[in-house]
Amino acid sequence: MDEAQLPVPRNLEQFPELHPPFDRPGALVEANRCLFCFDAPCTAACPTHIDVPRFIKKIASENLRGAALTILDANILGLSCARVCPVDVLCEGACVLDRYNQKPIEIGRLQRYAMDNFYAKGADVAWAAHSAQPRSGKIACVGGGPASLACSAELHRRGFAVTVFDNRPLPGGLNTYGVAEYKLRPSDSLREVELVRSLGVEFRQQEIGLDPSLATIEKQFDRIFLGLGLGSMLRLGIPGEQASGVVDALRFIARYKTSHDVAVGRRVVVIGGGNTAIDAANAASRLGAPEVHVFYRRGEKDMPAFASEYENSKIESVRFHFLAQPLEILQDNGRVAGVRFIGTRLAQPDASGRRPFEPVPGTGFVFPCDMVIPALGQSRMVELLEAIGVAVDNGSIAVDRPTGRTANPKYYAGGDCVNGGREVVDAVADGKRAATAIALSLESQHG
Amino acid sequence: MADLTTLFAGRIHSPNPFWLASGPPANCGEQVMRAFDAGWGGAVWKTIGEPIVNVSSRYSSVDWNGQRMMGLNNIELISDRPIETNLREIAEVKRRYPKHAVIASLMVESRREAWHEIVKRSEDAGADGLELNFGCPHGMSERGMGSAVGQVPEYSCMITEWVKEVARTPVLVKLTPNVTDVRAIARAARRGGADGLSAINTINSITGIDLNTFTPRPDVGGHSSHGGYCGPAVKPIALHLVQQIASDPEVGLPISGIGGVASWREAAEFLLLGCGTVQVCTAAMHYGFRIVEDMIDGLSGWMDEKGFATIDQFQGASVAKVTEWKHLDLNYRIVARINPDKCIGCDLCYIACWDGAHQCIHRDGYTVPESVEAASRARIAVTPIAKLDSSAGAGGRTPPERIPRVDEDECVGCNLCWLVCPVEDCITMERIDTGQPSESWEQRVAALAKGSQS
Repeated sequence: MDEAQLPVPRNLEQFPELHPPFDRPGALVEANRCLFCFDAPCTAACPTHIDVPRFIKKIASENLRGAALTILDANILGLSCARVCPVDVLCEGACVLDRYNQKPIEIGRLQRYAMDNFYAKGADVAWAAHSAQPRSGKIACVGGGPASLACSAELHRRGFAVTVFDNRPLPGGLNTYGVAEYKLRPSDSLREVELVRSLGVEFRQQEIGLDPSLATIEKQFDRIFLGLGLGSMLRLGIPGEQASGVVDALRFIARYKTSHDVAVGRRVVVIGGGNTAIDAANAASRLGAPEVHVFYRRGEKDMPAFASEYENSKIESVRFHFLAQPLEILQDNGRVAGVRFIGTRLAQPDASGRRPFEPVPGTGFVFPCDMVIPALGQSRMVELLEAIGVAVDNGSIAVDRPTGRTANPKYYAGGDCVNGGREVVDAVADGKRAATAIALSLESQHG
Repeated sequence: MADLTTLFAGRIHSPNPFWLASGPPANCGEQVMRAFDAGWGGAVWKTIGEPIVNVSSRYSSVDWNGQRMMGLNNIELISDRPIETNLREIAEVKRRYPKHAVIASLMVESRREAWHEIVKRSEDAGADGLELNFGCPHGMSERGMGSAVGQVPEYSCMITEWVKEVARTPVLVKLTPNVTDVRAIARAARRGGADGLSAINTINSITGIDLNTFTPRPDVGGHSSHGGYCGPAVKPIALHLVQQIASDPEVGLPISGIGGVASWREAAEFLLLGCGTVQVCTAAMHYGFRIVEDMIDGLSGWMDEKGFATIDQFQGASVAKVTEWKHLDLNYRIVARINPDKCIGCDLCYIACWDGAHQCIHRDGYTVPESVEAASRARIAVTPIAKLDSSAGAGGRTPPERIPRVDEDECVGCNLCWLVCPVEDCITMERIDTGQPSESWEQRVAALAKGSQS
């Protein structure tokens, strides 16, 4: 790997971790607080169904290697999931202690404790070496993010040869490029990629399209898993969007995570109400912007961001403005000078449960700023998907959910390109389910 | 406010029943005086005898579920200070704290003259009583003292007799639990003329082994030795042994209870089983002398609540409640009931009953319609996101399928589910009227024998 490609190690003081690690006594106390529920709700709530009480009891008995292997058995990205999972709506949200007015077990931090120990001891993958006898059948995973990593690792454990194709300089997808620094550092994402590589999965940093073409891939491989993710971020579609100082949230995050010279404005406007908007706003604040303002066109309660992310962002001194829709980015000599907004109001919820908004005449205002970060979500790669010949539903690849199989029986899919953009753990679960289904289909084909 | 003053063995007065046990917290006068300032009613001095040499290290512990020192083990011997220093400090303490109890714990070689001499010197120093250390289970026993005496009724009786030949203050014999039947030693002490008993001394133990060096703890240069176990872990054993001697008509001596007393609650238990005072060591070693404040406050508060003005109003109240199994009522029946409003759905009772008890708790209390079950099987767990999922943020109540059901006809009333349930008052054990009169095993066997005769 080229030195220049390595992600920038950020100063720990500039980006302290959101959830600091446990020390040994802290982990033991917390692990011993776990009730060890039978048929535990936390395990059911985890999309990858990590056997949570089992690994926590192993931490309590200081069988840390066993704890890590229990996690990895269900979720090869146990390290990143421990850091980025919105645990309060997943495992910790399902913890029975919540119903006893007690603090749920800090499952995410315990998982991190086990995984950090595993990687600190050299990420010994001997556990996977004796997994399965080699089977005939080659699989290509297109896209280098969590879905493909999980799919490739699971297939390899079942004895298949897997190649991951990734169009970015570094593998890992959004784990490397898109997750906020204070949750997951690129170096940790790359450690997980190395784990998958060390199992025997082949990685090629090559864009599928011209060389190799999809047709070539189809010939060379028996099954193809699509873990493409989503397309570029949606544009605001208003005048002034091309001005210098406008950078979409994912580009902004990828840039600060991988480049030394990221300049932020003095007054930054982030447009959007999702988790990515909040990640970008926090990062702008940490990178030195004196003022960061998030504008969302609906109300506080309508924000798609997780409540915990919103609360944390307020602590980061990000300021939130609701019921305001951008109309134009104002410029001064080609540089951002401000945003013209109009106030909105919300109507009654429609059939989908969301509340439509409409501009309120006469409520326009100008908000001066020198940087605008749109965070409206990612586009769907409809054209590409149609070219592949898989059925597309509302911009996402249509699959049979339990197997990830597409309309084209040679193709399977998972992750954001199927679920519309969820969490790392959902992508891992998709990849794992698809791997199981691919293995079954190849075994029935080859015997 | 309840009166906690105590008169033990007829002649030993103390402002409350809380005494420091013979051990490191009562090693010197300075410590004992600070303890009295903190509120302790008495102290049994660290055992006095010919000074010994100790090793390093000396203590090891058993931690449990993240808590430190559930049990403590030591291989420390008796006082390593000269006899005259200890006696001089006893005199000083008694001069400054005349109303507090100071008991001299003694251990010398098994010669009549040696015992006569140490008894006289201790009493001359002002000790309110004497405690004969027949219990120390390590080191001293190899030299024919401590539990080497306390494990043989004849020796215990003989040395008690020697002491009583010259003693003017009450003589307490401290019992070792490391015997088959503690009552045999207690009776021997009685025969020897003892005025009271202290029970129990520490229990032979090896607390654990270092899994890297294979050396048990405490490690003394790569070797260890068995020690004496104490602390919260030993309370149930101590209570049983105290109950045995308290209920034995051939003993009939006042008892100073020892073993795992860490708060007023354990103290109350020992008093209910007949003790007149309690002695504390490990808890003071763990947290310092200040713990006595809540012991006094908590015990007097409990006594006020229960309407007891003095300790003797409840002392021994539980002795008669311990009986032999053969006298228990076979027709008394309780069953477990689960309060669904309190159940948090951990299902520990379910698995405990299935794997560890009598297979009478079931998870079929809630009938799932087939269509719901099919939908549930097909459902895939995903991260709920408000934008994508209308049901995001659901939760709160325990899902009915996780609330177990008790088959009351099969329930044997063993208590296990109630013991494992983490929620207070969620599982209750409730009386079932069997409609049958009380009948013990002894009565049933007698009735059967009578029936077969006629």
